[in-house]
Amino acid sequence: MKVLVPVKRVLDYNVKPRVKADGSGVDLANVKMSMNPFDEIAVEEAIRLKEKGAATEIVAVSIGEQKAQETLRTALAMGADRAILVVADGPVEPLAVAKILKAIADEEQPGLVILGKQAIDDDNNQTGQMLAALTDWAQGTFASKVEVADGSVTVTREVDGGLETVSLTMPAIVTTDLRLNEPRYASLPNIMKAKSKPMAQKTPADFGVDTTPRVTTVSVAEPGKRQAGAKVADVDELVMKLKAMGVAK
Amino acid sequence: MKTLVWVEHDGITVKDATLSAVTAAAKLGEVHLLVAGENVGGVADAAAKIAGVGTVHVADGALYAHALPENVAPLVVALMADHDAFVAPATTTGKNIAPRVAALLDVMQVSEVLSVVGPDTFTRPIYAGNAIATVKSSDAKKVLTIRGTAFEKAAAEGGSGTVEAVSAATDDAGVSRFVGSELAQSARPELTSAKIIVSGGRALGSGEAFHDLIEPLADKLGAAVGASRAAVDAGYVPNDYQVGQTGKIVAPEVYVAVGISGAIQHLAGMKDSKIIVAINKDEDAPIFQVADLGLVGDLFKIVPELTEKL
Ligand SMILES: Cc1cc2nc3c(=O)[nH]c(=O)nc-3n(C[C@@H](O)[C@H](O)[C@H](O)COP(=O)(O)OP(=O)(O)OC[C@H]3O[C@@H](n4cnc5c(N)ncnc54)[C@H](O)[C@@H]3O)c2cc1C
Ligand SMILES: Cc1cc2nc3c(=O)[nH]c(=O)nc-3n(C[C@H](O)[C@H](O)[C@H](O)COP(=O)(O)OP(=O)(O)OC[C@H]3O[C@@H](n4cnc5c(N)ncnc54)[C@H](O)[C@@H]3O)c2cc1C
Repeated sequence: MKVLVPVKRVLDYNVKPRVKADGSGVDLANVKMSMNPFDEIAVEEAIRLKEKGAATEIVAVSIGEQKAQETLRTALAMGADRAILVVADGPVEPLAVAKILKAIADEEQPGLVILGKQAIDDDNNQTGQMLAALTDWAQGTFASKVEVADGSVTVTREVDGGLETVSLTMPAIVTTDLRLNEPRYASLPNIMKAKSKPMAQKTPADFGVDTTPRVTTVSVAEPGKRQAGAKVADVDELVMKLKAMGVAK
Repeated sequence: MKTLVWVEHDGITVKDATLSAVTAAAKLGEVHLLVAGENVGGVADAAAKIAGVGTVHVADGALYAHALPENVAPLVVALMADHDAFVAPATTTGKNIAPRVAALLDVMQVSEVLSVVGPDTFTRPIYAGNAIATVKSSDAKKVLTIRGTAFEKAAAEGGSGTVEAVSAATDDAGVSRFVGSELAQSARPELTSAKIIVSGGRALGSGEAFHDLIEPLADKLGAAVGASRAAVDAGYVPNDYQVGQTGKIVAPEVYVAVGISGAIQHLAGMKDSKIIVAINKDEDAPIFQVADLGLVGDLFKIVPELTEKL
């Protein structure tokens, strides 16, 4: 079974995002970029499936600018076998990403596509579900456990009330949540090895996908700032203040 | 504009998240509802009482139980022939279904809407709420998920919607099956609708400490219990306690953060709370930058004393 893992290059989660002065977006010049953390979890899960013998090949895909090559190299260094970069300048929204991934899934015929549940830049939480719709495959979103057996995959999902388990006919789509696994770091020898792993380059036009945005950004602003309040000296003062605010009786 | 709002329910009652979605939908136009599930007649009757709603479409059948997106999305798509917008609360159920509907309609969804600026223009958070984008959709039909904390709840009573069974039945897709669930049973209020929340972080160090320190304080205040990701990852509390960018978004009257540093991913989930109280031994912890009341010190001493004195 082949596993397809889409990975996105995003602002590193440790970097505090700054809104550009002209309100056109978030400043991404000269800041650290990394693989979306949920996608690291997706790559890790694919590698574990391969280590268990449930998967035979892992193909990482990224849609983005040339620099997304770095993100794909990270996936290869972790353990993916080959990579596909779909070069697109400018933003590509989840619907277009899903259409490109659908075309790639048609070519590659994976048994599973494992995506992150959300990208930490746009926080859309859409792409996996959209890909599931376009392929007409079952979806197991927000996964905290994935088990593959006999042509089906059992996914435990993190839902608002707790956990839910579904069984899906494969091929299927899985999106990762934080507790699925702890991604490995790529070792130095593997980083070296990754340099010679194959990476194909494509464009959205190769798949006949129009990436013109349907949702355009009018402006981007800073959220309202909270003012830090006062420190209290001790529990008695805290209780007094809480009572004054009507929180405690 | 005719909107179709997804009714979030547990088979018995309509969840509060629905009421915020109704308020958002009302800003777009007529509000109609969809109740999907098995044996949901009671839910439909309750939904019909929500103020301002028109038709309550009911799809009752085993294939709609557990809201499996493979079965529910085609149902919504069929109803969307006669509606202009699909509006779902940004709950795990809404997030699971809405994008699948959007792609089937060839529409780009707008996620976690914070405000309705106009019929095609919305604001939404990006980068863990560190930036607010105003976005404009050019799609003829709209698919939106609504952030519950950003809209008032519509009145649950006073409406007189008409309940109508969905005629255009869809088939069981046959590719997914519900196996089971482990839902937290708690006498406490739900995190997303609680007026007061007491949250604990990594500093608690164990599940027992949550039980011995956080829970009694929460009981005293009639509060729900939340946690940081670090506390959930460490296994002190279940996953549904997580507050933050990738957990639950909350905005209670009072949020008490105990032994939580205030990472941006955590702040993203609670910084719209009315009053934030922080207890942390590090006076430079970032949580104090958003706290209205901060107390520097050891939580293992402070929390029992606070519980006692309240
Ligand atoms: C300031 C700003 C302005 C923007 N303006 C516009 C605009 O005008 N028009 C527009 O269309 N978009 C715009 N975007 C959004 C665009 O940049 C995003 O790439 C797109 O919306 C994807 O959303 P997401 O990553 O949150 O998707 P999600 O659905 O959250 O992603 C989930 C998962 O899908 C996979 N995935 C997603 N994207 C990719 C990818 N590119 N390659 C490989 N895998 C992927 C990953 O596995 C990821 O974990 C803007 C973004 C910002 C920050
Ligand atoms: C992709 C991604 C998504 C994430 N999503 C979320 C999310 O949704 N929600 C979330 O919360 N986090 C999230 N995180 C994690 C986040 O970055 C932080 O790691 C996490 O919030 C830290 O939890 P904490 O504050 O409990 O722990 P720490 O940062 O370790 O803070 C512990 C605090 O306790 C204080 N302390 C220690 N001992 C005591 C004592 N005896 N008395 C008083 N104070 C004490 C310390 O001073 C410190 O400030 C995410 C991270 C990533 C990468």
